[in-house]
Amino acid sequence: MPDRRRSSSTSCTPRPPARVHAVLKELCLLILLATPAAAEIAPDRAAALEHMVVQDCGSCHGLTMKGGLGRPLTHEALAPSDRETLALIILDGVPGTAMPPWRPLLTEDEALWIADYLKGVTP
Amino acid sequence: MKRLALLAAFLATPLWAEDLVATGDLGLVIERATGSLVLVDRSDRAALGRIEGLGDLSHASLTYSPDERFAYVFGRDGGLTKVDILTRQVVARTVQAGNSIGGAISDDGKLVAVSNYEPGGVKVFDAQTLELVADIPAAGKTIGLVDVPGRRFAWTIWDTGEVFLGDFSGAEPVITPLGNAGKNPFDAVLTDDAHTYLVGLFGEKGVTSFDLWDPAPKPQKFLTDYGKDGEDMPVYKMPHLQGWAFTEGQYALPAVGRHEILWVDRASEKTVATTPVHGQPVFIIAQPASPYVWVNFATPLNDTVQVVDSRTHEVVATLSPGKAVLHMEFAPRGAEVWISSRDDNKVLIYDTRTREKVAEIAAEAPSGIFFTARAHQTGL
Repeated sequence: MPDRRRSSSTSCTPRPPARVHAVLKELCLLILLATPAAAEIAPDRAAALEHMVVQDCGSCHGLTMKGGLGRPLTHEALAPSDRETLALIILDGVPGTAMPPWRPLLTEDEALWIADYLKGVTP
Repeated sequence: MKRLALLAAFLATPLWAEDLVATGDLGLVIERATGSLVLVDRSDRAALGRIEGLGDLSHASLTYSPDERFAYVFGRDGGLTKVDILTRQVVARTVQAGNSIGGAISDDGKLVAVSNYEPGGVKVFDAQTLELVADIPAAGKTIGLVDVPGRRFAWTIWDTGEVFLGDFSGAEPVITPLGNAGKNPFDAVLTDDAHTYLVGLFGEKGVTSFDLWDPAPKPQKFLTDYGKDGEDMPVYKMPHLQGWAFTEGQYALPAVGRHEILWVDRASEKTVATTPVHGQPVFIIAQPASPYVWVNFATPLNDTVQVVDSRTHEVVATLSPGKAVLHMEFAPRGAEVWISSRDDNKVLIYDTRTREKVAEIAAEAPSGIFFTARAHQTGL
């Protein structure tokens, strides 16, 4: 599988020591997240992400996102949460619950795209 | 006399015989995204028709009446649907909860029980009419519902770890708490001899067993320290225990957060071997009348199926049946396995001796495959 993370992180993280790296990465993410148009995803990748949300996220959250083992992810349920928070939950999971970190499989832009999609504001 | 002649003629020409269909080699495939079922003929390796209107079938399962005529389908949206395989129609349907996860039919075929997430608990219905017979609320999401001989069901609560045995043979249900299985049990299964109820834990390492042959079953935890030498990996799909393989005197169990199968001696509950596999196991299912188990994996490694020998604990075959393999169902005597590939929109049929594909059937995002032979298996 190609490393899709590289495109979104290389410019900000030139391999400093681990802890600094982590802080830089968060900063980098914050900057990325602060930019509304950051979630630019090619159409075929967007289709793959939509498929993933419906089918794979749907395994726990329900195909119609009304919830299952995972909480409901309907537009209404997510209305109080901002996209940046949702993207971080997608990327890092929720410790102590069954929500896994999807960072190994998704870029930050892709997580933001999914957050927008779930909130019903997909570009 | 005339009437007799007419009757004789009628009997001599069994017009309806050609239209008769026996159900013993039929099955249903769940099309999870479209809320429909495909009726399949196992012997002909063919789809016979489609039954629609079953609601949200993500994570759906079903069980059969003892006569193999009716299927009870448990949908994610709380829908319980009774389907007549002969007429290929929905004959009863009730949306009995907001969110449900599975169900079971009593050993005598009279009661159908559904385990619900929202509101949490178990509801029991008359299998004939789908009228509510009993409502047993719980303090959380109910998982691992199985039928236990004697018109009983066992179930477990994800949030609290509590395990219950419900006896519905009398005028009023008798619900007995069996104790606590542990933190966040994700699924449970009953061994084919109805002896042991096994509860898999997600919130902590381990599996908890309950001896249901004992008049007072108690929780017994084992496998509490697997994978202690390494870091756990993300679990992108919860393992399912209904397929847990029981073979060669062993349980073949999915390691949660590890790409491994754990082999546990049934009698001593001690780990006897670990098999490194392709990904996070989801279903580990014994090929009937053989020493082999077949395993599929969580996304993103879900295009692969592996076959493991329960004597040597070695992987003996690695297959790539298709994209997003969700389920495997064996012919009751093990000659074939049917494999659903959700993202290829196909069910693939493999010969289990050659491990070669022999046929395929089109289906829309197929997930669970259920052959009618399940009607006669305890715990299914």
